Parts: sequence; C-alpha cells; structure tokens
Amino acid sequence: MQLALFLIFGAIAVAGAFNLLLQRHPINSALSLVVVMMSLAVLYWTLGAEFLAAAQVIVYAGAIMVLFVFVVMLLNAGEEERTRGSRMAYIAGFPGAAAIFCLLSFVFLTEREAFGTTELGQYLGGTISNIEQISTLLFTKLLLPFEVTSVLILVAILGAVVLARKEQ
Amino acid sequence: MVPIAYYLILAAILFSVGVAAFLIKRNIITIFMSIELMLNAVNLTFVAFSHMWHQVNGQVFVFFVMVVAAAEAAVGLAIIIAIFRTRQTLNVDEINLMQS
Repeated sequence: MQLALFLIFGAIAVAGAFNLLLQRHPINSALSLVVVMMSLAVLYWTLGAEFLAAAQVIVYAGAIMVLFVFVVMLLNAGEEERTRGSRMAYIAGFPGAAAIFCLLSFVFLTEREAFGTTELGQYLGGTISNIEQISTLLFTKLLLPFEVTSVLILVAILGAVVLARKEQ
Repeated sequence: MVPIAYYLILAAILFSVGVAAFLIKRNIITIFMSIELMLNAVNLTFVAFSHMWHQVNGQVFVFFVMVVAAAEAAVGLAIIIAIFRTRQTLNVDEINLMQS
C-alpha cells in the first residue's frame, strides 16, 4: 500500500510542478503549487513524519500559499508575454534543469542499496509518538534555535509591514 | 516497501522543475513560487533521510526550514508589492534600471 500511495501522490506532485512551469497565468501556478504541497504532506505521512504532514498543510498550504494568492489578486497579475528575454531563458533554462536532475539522480541511483527501504509506520515501534520525539528534541537540545526563529519571525513581520506600507 | 532512493529521485525531479521555472518564467511572483517549490523538494529529501537514519533530527530541520520559508515569503511579497507600486509592472525583464 505504501507503494501505491507513493506512486499516486508522487505523480500528482510531479504533475503539479510541471503545471506550475507550463501555465501562463500566475494564479494557475499558485493553485498547482498548493496541489504539490498537499501531496507532499501525504508523502511526509508515509515516511512517518505525522507532525510535519500537519505542519505542511497548515503552514505551507494554509498560510504561505494563501499569502501568494492574495498578492496575485491584489496586484492583478495578468498572463505572461513572450518577450525576447523569455525565449533566451527557454534555451538556457531547460538544459540547466536537466543537468541538475541528471546529476542528482545519478548519485541517488548509484547509492540506492546503501539507502535501504522504508517501513510504513513508526520506526520506533510506536512506543513514542512522532510529536513527542520532535518536541523532546526541539525543547531541550534545540531550544536556542527555536527562540532565535521566533525573533526571526518578529523581524520578518516588522520588515513586511514597513515595506508594504503606503508612502506618505 | 518503497526504497528511499525513489523518494530522493522524486525530490530531485521537483527541485529540477523548480530550477527550470525559476530560469524560464518572467513574472516575479511565479519566480518566487518556484523558490518555494525548491524548498519543498529539499524538505522531502530531509524527511526521507531522517527516516533512513531512524532519527528525528531531519524532521526538526524541516521544521526550521518551514519557519524560515514563511518569514522569507512574507518579506519577499512585501518587496514585490513595493516594486509594483513604483514600476507598475511584474515582468522581470522590465525591472532593469536602478532608477525608473
């Protein structure tokens, strides 16, 4: 069953990513990215990361992508035009991405026996829940990065408010 | 059961599509969305490796990546709004002078 879940939602994620690339209007790209993020949440769940699957849906698909859709509709972005720069980018963009993909897949395929296989479900046998594992690590050993990220979010909020303010 | 290499190859596909979209698209919001796609592909790689090593450190790193991506999205979109207010365009080919 894990193979079926992986194939179905992996195919949906790849289809969403290609749709982001091929659509002309940015609102279609934003909605395909929401599809990618939802299917990635299912893939995180099959890898045993239940907290991250929920956080992906709530934070990424529920907050960040909503922000993107707000900005697309606020700025009334229209369809893209075919300019001279975009044609040149087609010549450089596709081979570059194909080169990166070939390099990464070569490394992953040559080492595929060393990686092993996945087991569906908890890898600690269900004795400790996933959120207890994460919180034990996050609030004891990684407490300082956790607090620093809260300061980072505060700075980001201030920066966003200042940058998007109306000029007076 | 699914080999971990399949998850990594899926993440590589998503990352390459993100790179291609970053280089090809001309709308600045779509370019920003392709950055988010690349970050998601790296998150999938981290979670797959965290499953391989049976440790939870990779998932905590993904948590921090999500937090930083949220902060970056907020500030980046505010910058895009500020650029649109002065240039009245979202095409990166036309935002090519320091002073309009």
